Amino acid sequence: MTLLLVIFLPLLGACMPLWCERYGRTVCAFSAAVAPLISIGLLIYHLPVIFAGDVLFFHQEWLPLLGMNLSLRLDGLSMMFGLLITGIGLLVILYARYYLAEKDSLGKLYGLLQIFMMAMLGIVMSDNILLMIVFWELTSLSSFLLISYWSIKSEARKGARMALMITGAGGLALLAGALLLGDIVGSFSLSVILASGDEIRAHSLYPVVLILVLLGAFTKSAQFPFHFWLPHAMSAPTPVSAYLHSATMVKAGVFLLARMYPALAGTDLWFYIVTGTGLTTLVFAAYTALFKHDLKGLLAFSTISHLGLITMLFGLNSQLGAIAGIFHIINHATFKASLFMAAGIIDHETGTRDMRRINGMWRYMPVTATVAMVAASAMAGVPLLNGFLSKEMFFAETLHLEALGHYAWLVPLLATLAGIFAVAYSYRFIHDVFFNGEPIDLPKYPPHEAPPYMIVPMAILVVLCVLVGTLPNFTVAPFLDAASLAVIGTEMPSYKIAIWHGFNLPLVMSFIALAGGLLLYYQRKGFFAFYERQYRRDEKIVFEARVQRSVRLAQSITKRLETGSLQRYLVLFVGMAIVAAGLELWPLASFTGGVATTPIDGVSVLATLVLIVGALGTVIIHHNRFAALLLLSVVGLIVALIFVRFSAPDLALTQLSVEVVTIVLMMLSLYFLPQVSPSESSRLRISRDILLASAAGIGMGLLTWAVLTRPYDSIADYYLANSVSGGGGTNVVNVILVDFRGFDTLGEITVLAIAAVGIFAMLRRLRLPVPNADGTGRVWSKDPYPPILMVLARILLPLALMVSFYIFLRGHNLPGGGFIAGLITSVALILQYVASGTDWVQQRLDWPYRSVAAGGVLIATATGLASWVFGYPFLTSTFTHVHWPIVGEFELASAMVFDTGVYITVVGATLVILSNLGKLAQTSYDTPAETTQEESPWKP
Amino acid sequence: MEALISIIIAVLTGCGVYLMLRGRTFPVIIGLTLLSYAVNLFIFVMGRLHSGAPAVIGAGDRYTDPLPQALVLTAIVISFAMTAFLLVLALRARAELGNDHVDGRPTAEDDAQ
Repeated sequence: MTLLLVIFLPLLGACMPLWCERYGRTVCAFSAAVAPLISIGLLIYHLPVIFAGDVLFFHQEWLPLLGMNLSLRLDGLSMMFGLLITGIGLLVILYARYYLAEKDSLGKLYGLLQIFMMAMLGIVMSDNILLMIVFWELTSLSSFLLISYWSIKSEARKGARMALMITGAGGLALLAGALLLGDIVGSFSLSVILASGDEIRAHSLYPVVLILVLLGAFTKSAQFPFHFWLPHAMSAPTPVSAYLHSATMVKAGVFLLARMYPALAGTDLWFYIVTGTGLTTLVFAAYTALFKHDLKGLLAFSTISHLGLITMLFGLNSQLGAIAGIFHIINHATFKASLFMAAGIIDHETGTRDMRRINGMWRYMPVTATVAMVAASAMAGVPLLNGFLSKEMFFAETLHLEALGHYAWLVPLLATLAGIFAVAYSYRFIHDVFFNGEPIDLPKYPPHEAPPYMIVPMAILVVLCVLVGTLPNFTVAPFLDAASLAVIGTEMPSYKIAIWHGFNLPLVMSFIALAGGLLLYYQRKGFFAFYERQYRRDEKIVFEARVQRSVRLAQSITKRLETGSLQRYLVLFVGMAIVAAGLELWPLASFTGGVATTPIDGVSVLATLVLIVGALGTVIIHHNRFAALLLLSVVGLIVALIFVRFSAPDLALTQLSVEVVTIVLMMLSLYFLPQVSPSESSRLRISRDILLASAAGIGMGLLTWAVLTRPYDSIADYYLANSVSGGGGTNVVNVILVDFRGFDTLGEITVLAIAAVGIFAMLRRLRLPVPNADGTGRVWSKDPYPPILMVLARILLPLALMVSFYIFLRGHNLPGGGFIAGLITSVALILQYVASGTDWVQQRLDWPYRSVAAGGVLIATATGLASWVFGYPFLTSTFTHVHWPIVGEFELASAMVFDTGVYITVVGATLVILSNLGKLAQTSYDTPAETTQEESPWKP
Repeated sequence: MEALISIIIAVLTGCGVYLMLRGRTFPVIIGLTLLSYAVNLFIFVMGRLHSGAPAVIGAGDRYTDPLPQALVLTAIVISFAMTAFLLVLALRARAELGNDHVDGRPTAEDDAQ
């Protein structure tokens, strides 16, 4: 549990400084320090256990089916990193309090820093590789926000975007690698993965996994050729740089190398890729660092170079190499954090970071100068400082590379060369800034010594550098032992950190580097001139150009695919549907199955012909919309007849009544739409559409034929057997609707009611031009209510209502039911609207139809709920038979109440739609005939 | 008889799809209606063709499959609701856009074929 606290306290702590900012900057800083302090305290509390060689675990299931769990571990490596992250984090919090200007929000910086801290702690303490990737991505995201802290600066935004893109892409590769690893091992648990190193290395996918994981590590650790994001991330506030580029962010990459060392290292592939990349980065970045005039630019490239060194040490496949790598992680974190802080102080006091202008600072800030000089010496690898020890170990390791055969001498040579550059740029940092004459044209003059609390965190780190450098065995040794144990396993080689190993080759290399570096620095003029002559591309410009290019490419592809034309989308959609169905139908040996067909009779052929004529006719004359509508209703009637022909009286009744309502609705709408569709499709488009439509039609026909001529099995028997006994009705279709599948029906009527409400909403405040002539130019009659229709409609109303009541009542046992009865009632009422007008009906029948529809749904739902009251599942039905005088035996079923709900919903919804559409004519406005003609190309 | 039904479904689908590919809202809605006839018939005949055997217990000695019928019954009602919705949407679109093209363009000669 404490492990969980270690990670998530900083997350909780992230809110504190934001809240405390109003009470002043010091309170804010203290509030920010609370959570990391507790975290580091908890870590130190566990220190004895870790030193004893034990590992602490915490396990909480999260998504066990995906293999992702909240599993944490605390071993030597996590402990070492955890202490660095929280410790340097605390120092950075103190430093930032005095670094940040009054106008910048301290709370925001602290909040982001702690989120970042949480993510880093999560990476180093995850025992589940997927969980680790979650935290890994969190560091990418939070570092994006930290780098772009001064988001008004374009530099900061671009730098942050570059960092996010490179590390994000690496994270993606890492995720792929982790998924493959999990696939190979069968678990995402880090403990399992680390224990299955042999299995992983022997697997055929090992090279793929290795390259993917290394991509993740190299992008994060800014290894060549992914290094270019790091110098641009320097646009972050210096406390952020000090944190991200010393102990955290970039160290996550080398942490991954250390963490995965037992699982992935030990092969030739590992050696060549990791050592090669590390060595290239080491030499290249050390060389470049020397020529950077920007103080932070120099430190940035020096960071890249040192990361290359660490990477290379892990790549050597030697246990001592890995130990040296871990050691250098600690050393680099301490001296580099303090150097960044020094750079921040100088920037803060002089207003610039250009080393050509900052000179002679020794006189203005002696304390800062002393501390910074010690740190820079540690970076150079001067004896008695920590950098010397790990660099010495590095030199020693480069001497035993038997794998390279005759070229083995090349590595120590390059390593020494990098050492020379490192000394040169470190010495440049000291000499250019603190000596070398007088400052030139400083924005702030004269510079002062920094406030003591800015120097304190820096000094603490430098004291550590000295202590580790002079007394390694009393300070760093136990940490190093514990961390190494976690990386290389139980077989620890005997090694000794010592300042004096005797006069040997590594020592000679160290001295060559020191002497060569000083010499190089004093001959710098020629080298600088040489460097300036080189043509160099600005990575940022290249990067931005490439980003822009890919954005443009994406835009052009999107534009081509998404034209915004629904017509076009539908073509693609139908085309895809035909292809998809065709692929399935194609392998069929024969479309005709083995089942015999039923005989054809003359009436059916005639009806089919009428339907075909109707359907094709609708298409052919569709430009004349009204005529097409009439032909469409013919098709609808024939469909109803087909239902009759094949034993579906319920469907026939429904189809008939829906047909009436639909046609009325379409006519009403057509009144407000152009009467004629213009002939605007090109010949090519018409041919294409005919082709598509024919393919779709023939496909559906063949499919139907193929299905109908094959045997089938149905669950119908269950419904037929249980309809009377279980549902109390003989009309099985109705019993299915209101009883067996009542829940479905409840859904359907809800949809109906929602559609009605949606239509109501769309019709509100809708104003449309009202044409005063029909499609053929005849003026609409000003006498809208013909007396004969009016009289007939009024007589029909009670009759129709009675029929619908009858249909409703008998529905459970004979064709009929709520749906059909509702539609019949609606038709009868609509007829009144048509015959006598909205006003007339509303005076007599002022129902709020929306509430009626809603009420219907409620009744149906309440019926369902009622069965809960009696302890049955939702919508359980019951029925009983009562004997009424005259009527005789009569059945009462709870399903009938449900059906009443259906009935009321159908009536309500239909009338909401139609009455509101009918009202539209009143709210709309008359337009002169010319306007209507303009909109339809038709000429009277 | 199966052949006749297959032809009917084929014709209805073809006509429906063709009209749905037109550029104006009203033909599209008519096409959709035709297509929903086709789909309803298709689902219905999945219970096979039975003459004179309604699924009413006691009305005869054999019964047709009631389940596709129940499905189609609700489908008819739902497609009515959808048609109504689309019609009103078409009206609204015309009021907002000033024309009745599905892509909201006043002139509809589309070159991007």
